[in-house]
Amino acid sequence: MEDMKDIILEYVIEEYADEEDDDITYDTPLISGGLVDSFSMVSLKRFIENKYKISIPNDKATPDAFDTVNKIEMLIKEFLK
Amino acid sequence: MSNIGSYEERNKNFDWSIAEKELNYKNGDVINIGWYCSDRICEMGKANKLALVWEGLGGIEKKYTFNDIRLKSNTIAAFLKNLGIKNEERVCLFMDKMPELYIGFLGILKMGAIAQPLFSAFGDESLHVRLDNAQTTAIITQRKHVSKVRKIVDRMPYLKHIVIVDYDGKKPLREREISFSMDEAKQVENFDIFPTKAESPSVLHYTSGTTGQPKGVKHVHYSLISQYLTTKWVLDLQEDDIYWCTADPGWVTGTSYGIIGPWSLGITQCVLDTGFSAESWYKFIEKRKITMWYSAPTAIRSLMKAGNEIIKQHDLSSLRHLASVGEPLNAEAVIWSEKVFGKAFLDTYWQTETGSIMLTNFPGMKIKPGSMAKPFPGITATILDPDTYKEIMEPNKPGLIGFRPDWPAMMRTYWRNEETYNKKFVNGWYIPGDRSTIDADGYFWFVGRDDDVINTGGHLVSPFEVESALLEHESVAESAVVAKPDEVNMEVVKAFVTLKPGYEASDDLELQIMNFIRKKLSPLAMPQEIEYMKTLPKTRSGKIMRRVLHAKEWGEEIGDTSTLEDDE
Repeated sequence: MEDMKDIILEYVIEEYADEEDDDITYDTPLISGGLVDSFSMVSLKRFIENKYKISIPNDKATPDAFDTVNKIEMLIKEFLK
Repeated sequence: MSNIGSYEERNKNFDWSIAEKELNYKNGDVINIGWYCSDRICEMGKANKLALVWEGLGGIEKKYTFNDIRLKSNTIAAFLKNLGIKNEERVCLFMDKMPELYIGFLGILKMGAIAQPLFSAFGDESLHVRLDNAQTTAIITQRKHVSKVRKIVDRMPYLKHIVIVDYDGKKPLREREISFSMDEAKQVENFDIFPTKAESPSVLHYTSGTTGQPKGVKHVHYSLISQYLTTKWVLDLQEDDIYWCTADPGWVTGTSYGIIGPWSLGITQCVLDTGFSAESWYKFIEKRKITMWYSAPTAIRSLMKAGNEIIKQHDLSSLRHLASVGEPLNAEAVIWSEKVFGKAFLDTYWQTETGSIMLTNFPGMKIKPGSMAKPFPGITATILDPDTYKEIMEPNKPGLIGFRPDWPAMMRTYWRNEETYNKKFVNGWYIPGDRSTIDADGYFWFVGRDDDVINTGGHLVSPFEVESALLEHESVAESAVVAKPDEVNMEVVKAFVTLKPGYEASDDLELQIMNFIRKKLSPLAMPQEIEYMKTLPKTRSGKIMRRVLHAKEWGEEIGDTSTLEDDE
């Protein structure tokens, strides 16, 4: 199975980054770094929910919880349990 | 002591000439916002005072004095003039909140061209519609956003120059592209500022309506008079203030109060060019010792959501005055801010067309949480009956807000759309399209929009624009777009679609359509929810009835359905 972090990272690069955004890593700040704005975060959340068949309540889907690929992975694992 | 002093006294003796005198302007004089915001401040002896403290990702900072912005705006103005750009031609600014955006704005005005700032998150189609309407001559942008311009450049023969402010030489420039580095260019000490007059066009901001394409709101250099005085009396900026306006200059707040207001007063302002997080915002206030903070209800509600514990970890004692704009500030947010910051966010009401603050709470005035309070001195405001357009004298009865269109910053027209502009006036009143009540004490209370425009996070989104874009997706047969209530953004975009034969409703398709709109228009316009329908509610003549869908979302009565095609 492909690593969860790689799947998320690949999606972020594909959907939100442009050709000038190089070196996006698991720790790159996505929301506070301005790569993914708060409106676009909704589509990222939807991708994760569709992909992992989970439902993340709005109070857990905070800009902080979505700020890096590492944090997103932690959040997903919380709901996969 | 606040700048306004007594609101009642100011009202009694008000005349816009107060601002004209302070700015040393007389009727018929040259008036150029670019000069007023830089050269004049230097001539007043503040050349070495900080004008801009900019912070980017990772804490990188850049500082510019008023003399720096004078020189750099001269340099940009000279560069544009040398390209052959003439006065009144449109020059678009399409950038993140970089220093070049703020200083470039002044440079464009100094050489007599019209500044056309556009939100950098716009997708290529949103960008094209606005550049096409304005027949823009040049666009100033950055590497990060140039790919969106390249996608549409072949459709824009009028666009002669694409100026890239951070070109690094790694990839070759394409046709019409040119590199310009504000900091590395030879600084221009003296520039002959174009002698704009009061009615010379200055800024073209685009705003969305229910129908038709976005409208270019034309402002003139005389708008400075309103912007200067409202900044002074409402935002209460004083000599030693450190000001932070969180708005992006792609929208009107970011130019009227993120550039013109503070700099015409010679005030130091700070800009944070990163994404939103409660931690980074509080840290910024603490680090920069912000004293005056002008923000938006969406941001304030997001901060509320982040909780009060995080506030205790920061020293925010520098804050002395807070104000809000964008959409109505709910009473809970006002009360919360008073509790956690020791002062309440004062709500201000105005819009792109009005150019400056119209209804507002003032420092020292009794706050009624949830109210937009009272008209700025010199503004005649009322509530009109939506059928007769006569003034409603009875307190607390809702009607349309109306303003007598006689303040300096009022728009002069919609660009190439005089017909729509004229429709905004009835019986001598300008109708901004919002409903309100006035209570017995003369306080205005926002009720709602009077049309289908969606106000999401303080930004207006046209349902028509989103519906049209949805139809370009291969799977969508029909579409209808309405506002959906949202705790943080007040409203978000919701779409109802029917699918073409061969396509099946699924979560993955929903996400695909969402991303399609996000990239084509903007993240703001992206439906946060898509509902698949077998048919959309229509009149017998085939017109989609948005109001039926809107009522469903808001739990309201659907009203008269006698014209509905069927009741499904």
